[in-house]
Formats: sequence, structure tokens, C-alpha cells
Amino acid sequence: MSDHESTYVPKTGIERWLDERLPIIRFGVDYATIPTPRNLNYWWTFGGILALCLVIQIVTGIVLAMHYTASADHAFDSVERIMRDVNWGWAIRYVHANGASMFFLAVYIHMARGLYYGSYKAPREMIWLLGCVIFLLMMMTAFMGYVLPWGQMSFHGAVVITNLLGAIPVVGPGILTWIQGGFAVDEPTLKRFFSLHYLLPFVIFGVVFLHLWALHQSSQNNPVGVLIPKERRKQDTLPFHPYFTVKDGFALVLFLMLFSVFVFFMPNALGHADNYIPANPLQTPPHIVPEWYLLPFYAMLRGIPDKFGGVVVMFASIGLLFALPWLDTSKVRSMRFRPAMRWFFIILLVVYFFLGWCGAHLPDEPVIPGVDGPDLFDGNLNSYLWLTRFLTAYYFGYFLVITPWMGLRETPLPVPEYVSSPVLSHDEKNG
Amino acid sequence: MAEEVVNAHAGGDEHSRRDFIHIAAGAAAVGGAALAAWPLIDQMSPAADTLALASIEFDLSKVTEGQQVVVKFRGKPLFVRYRTPKEIAEAKAADHADLKDPEPDSARVKAGHEQYLILIGSCTHLGCVPTFGAGEYGGWFCPCHGSQYDTSGRIRKGPAPKNLVVPDYTYLSATKVKVG
Repeated sequence: MSDHESTYVPKTGIERWLDERLPIIRFGVDYATIPTPRNLNYWWTFGGILALCLVIQIVTGIVLAMHYTASADHAFDSVERIMRDVNWGWAIRYVHANGASMFFLAVYIHMARGLYYGSYKAPREMIWLLGCVIFLLMMMTAFMGYVLPWGQMSFHGAVVITNLLGAIPVVGPGILTWIQGGFAVDEPTLKRFFSLHYLLPFVIFGVVFLHLWALHQSSQNNPVGVLIPKERRKQDTLPFHPYFTVKDGFALVLFLMLFSVFVFFMPNALGHADNYIPANPLQTPPHIVPEWYLLPFYAMLRGIPDKFGGVVVMFASIGLLFALPWLDTSKVRSMRFRPAMRWFFIILLVVYFFLGWCGAHLPDEPVIPGVDGPDLFDGNLNSYLWLTRFLTAYYFGYFLVITPWMGLRETPLPVPEYVSSPVLSHDEKNG
Repeated sequence: MAEEVVNAHAGGDEHSRRDFIHIAAGAAAVGGAALAAWPLIDQMSPAADTLALASIEFDLSKVTEGQQVVVKFRGKPLFVRYRTPKEIAEAKAADHADLKDPEPDSARVKAGHEQYLILIGSCTHLGCVPTFGAGEYGGWFCPCHGSQYDTSGRIRKGPAPKNLVVPDYTYLSATKVKVG
């Protein structure tokens, strides 16, 4: 859609004057009327939802920073002061804290949509890669934000996650001390995390800009997955506004309703009660868990018996996403036309969900209570440890074996030539 | 022929003094940027006051037999455990067990003070604080990822790679130690 011709005609003298000097209105109008595949379904509304999530986080975050104190002695109290004394502080903090969860919920759906409809394949690899970068930045930002209230989960979460870097051979301990700014997580760690937590959302904003630039350069994917040739643009696309602003807007309202349910009726449901206990470096909470959206990765980390191996597997699970455009050998983008692959994808979603489930449980806990399974190596087969390992194997198998192999072996269903062909042939059948 | 080749080089392929200036200027810019960046990177390393961590003195008579006292040392917990004769015997008996990080119990305590085990209370896996007296080996159990330590603080089971660290310490008197 990069060659989308400008339709803007300046009407007044001022607009003409501005258009010659800074064509900013032209840019806005052209962007709003960009030709968009007419068959986009509601899974495509999460991009807009994510943009709103980012804006909500930045706006509420800037406001919270006006009241927050980044100091080991005062951080916890300053957060409690926001909750009790600052006008509307409770609402702003709950929106910010639950906003992170909503952001991840939306990004997981957005990524699953990209996986299902093959949005990562040529010519859209750069959109996908930039999206993966955004996902990594989001995880870093969310983790550092979770540390700021300086509760028990904040503190010991920071200890565990920074110590991951210490597992790197040779340079690990040096990097760990550098990141922590001392020999333990303490005041210097909190201060730098606050600084970076404030910075990174703006970096995300910049990468989102590149993500959209790449999107409009290589055109949007659609549920059928075929490219729209220039001569079919009239039949197969609609201007973004008003057609998709309205569709996105409707989805946005539904999403904000869910958001509000959490903020106003169950604001602490996704958090952990231990984080309302001030940080105590001398005692680790009996059951330490990250926020729900990081649980699958946490499970993979714990499932590997070797310290560095666990760290490698955890980072590799995200690294695979970067390699995906080159691991997929199938020419067919949309899994609508890949009936077998569709099942493997649905299993992947289930596996990812249960990896998160495993991450929330202690490794030694039995999966089926009361059943004493046989021991295998270092654990009981009926334990979350072994369930995690089986699920991790599928996760890696999906990307490294199933995706390249299925592309070569499967017989896809016939792919329509144009976006509108399935609809039209359906019409013909019905007279 | 030879002249033609020379002429072709003169057309711009030959390394000229201008190329040298480009490379030299580029190298100076990169070197200068690196020099300017270093203070911005190194400011994150521990500050002088963080490095000047005072050593602490601890009165061992505060610990009762079979118990441990936890104090803060360099931002981390320090375990001071007064071991029972049974626990010492268990630790010594395990010297020849299949240890992940082999070390005899005698190397982890001071001679003549076998009852006092002084350790950095930070799991060698990911830094959580292990729970006293829990786990199969009667030492410590890490609540984060299930590492188990024996009564000598040695790793026996779970993901941690190393034994709990014994800090540098000296006995100032029979009941007083200086740690660090």
C-alpha cells in the first residue's frame, strides 16, 4: 500500500500554505484512508487495542511517577500513599497495574493471530521481527515495573531474574554485579529500574512506529492470506476510515469493558498478595511466582535441571519466534487452507496455556493428586516438573520440526486467487 | 597495456590520501564515542560507598544449639547456624557421598568450631533465601526452585550448581567472629 496515491486536496488558503511547507495534514488524511483488505475479521482489531494499551500505560505511568519515590526506604510507602491519599491514586495505579496484564493479553492474541494467518511470512518478515522486539521490550518493561513497589514479590522477583544473567559462563558474575549496581539487589538496582521503566515505553513507541511503517510498506495480511494485486485494489480493499476505525472502535469498547471489570471489581486478582508485604532481603516468600504473562517462560526455566541450560532454553523459546519466518517452509500463509497444521497450532496454544499452568505450581507437586507415578531421572513422572518438560518439548518441536516438516509434506486446500473469490463463488452457488 | 591499467586505477580505485583521511576520521570518531560512552556504562557498576562495605562482627552466643540466626551482610542474608552433634555427624558422613560440588565438611568450618556453620544465605541457583531445616537433608530447602542443601550447606538435590558460599571470617574470641 506504499504506492497508495494521495487523495488530499487542501481546501482553504491556510491548508494550502501549510501543505507546501509541512504536509502533515496530507500525511494524516492519507494514513486514515489507506486501502485495507475488506475481509479483515475481529482478530485484526488487536493492533489498535494494543496502541491504546501503550497510550494508557504511558499516561498513567507519567502521572504515577509524580508521586512515586524510587528509594528502597520509601518506595513501598509511596505506593501505599498513592493508594490511600493521592486524589484518584487508587484508580490510576489499578489501571496501570491491570493495564500491564491487559496489554499482554492483547499482545498474546495479536501474536497468535499472526501465527495462525501466517502474517510473519514474506513479504512481512520485518513486521514480525519488529513485533518480536516490541514483545521483548514489553517483558523487560513489565518486569522492571513490577519491581518498583518494592514488595516481597518485587524484591525476590528481581533477585531471581537478575541472577539469570549470573548463569552465563565466565562473564555472568561481572554482568550481574554491573546490572545490580552492587553485590545484591538493593537501592541502586531499584533506582536504575525506575529510570529504565520510564524510558523503555518510549523506545517501544519508536519501534511501534517502525512496525507500522513496515506494515504499510508490505501491506496488511488478511484471513485468506493472499496478496492483493494493484488491479484488484478496488474490489478487495476499503479505506481504513470509516470502515475499520468503526470496527476497531467497537472491539476497543468490548476490550475496555473487560479491562474495567478487572480495575473496578477485581483489581488484585492478577497480582500476588505477598507484594503487599514490604521487601525483606532476609526472607524469600514460600512460593515465588512471576506475573501470569511470564509464567510459561518461568516454567521452561525451571524444567531444565542445569542452571545455564534453563536460561538458554528460556531465551531460545523467544529466539525461535525471531527465526520463524525462515523455519516455515509452507507457501500458504493462512492456516484456513492447512487443515493438518491447524491442529498442531491449536495444540501449541493449549501447550502454551498449560506451560503457564505449570509455572504457577511447585515443580514437585503431583499433577493428578493422590497418584504416585514412577520416578524418572530426577523427578516423579506425575509431577509438574515432567509435565513442563513434555510441554517444552512440544513447544520447541512445533517450531523446529513440525513447522518446517509440515510445509514440505502437507497438501493444502486450494487457495483462492483473490480475497473476494470465496465470497463470490459462494454467491454464485446460491444463485 | 600497462599504462591502461595504471590509468584505470587513477580513475578512483586506488587507495588515495582521501581514503586514509576517511578511515582515520572514522576510527577517531568511533574511538571517541567509545571513550565518551564508557563513563555512562561504568556508572552502573558498584559505587565507592557500595564497595566500602564494612565487615560485621557477630556474637555467637546469640545462637542456641540447633538453631540459626540470620543477619544482613552486604545486602544479603548471612546464616549463622549452631549445629547439633547429630547434624555435624551427618555432614561428615556425607563427605564421601556423590556430591555435585565436592567439598569435605572440615573445609567449610573452622577447626575447633565445627558446631558453627557460617554461610551466605543466598541459593547458588538464582539467589533466593533457602528455608532453614527443611528438605530431605536437614539443611536448607530453597522455596523458589526446590534446591536442597545438607547440614554443611552443600548442594545435594535440585538445580543449584554450587554449595552455599562460606564467606571470609575469623574468630576474634571463642564466641565472636568478624565476617568480611
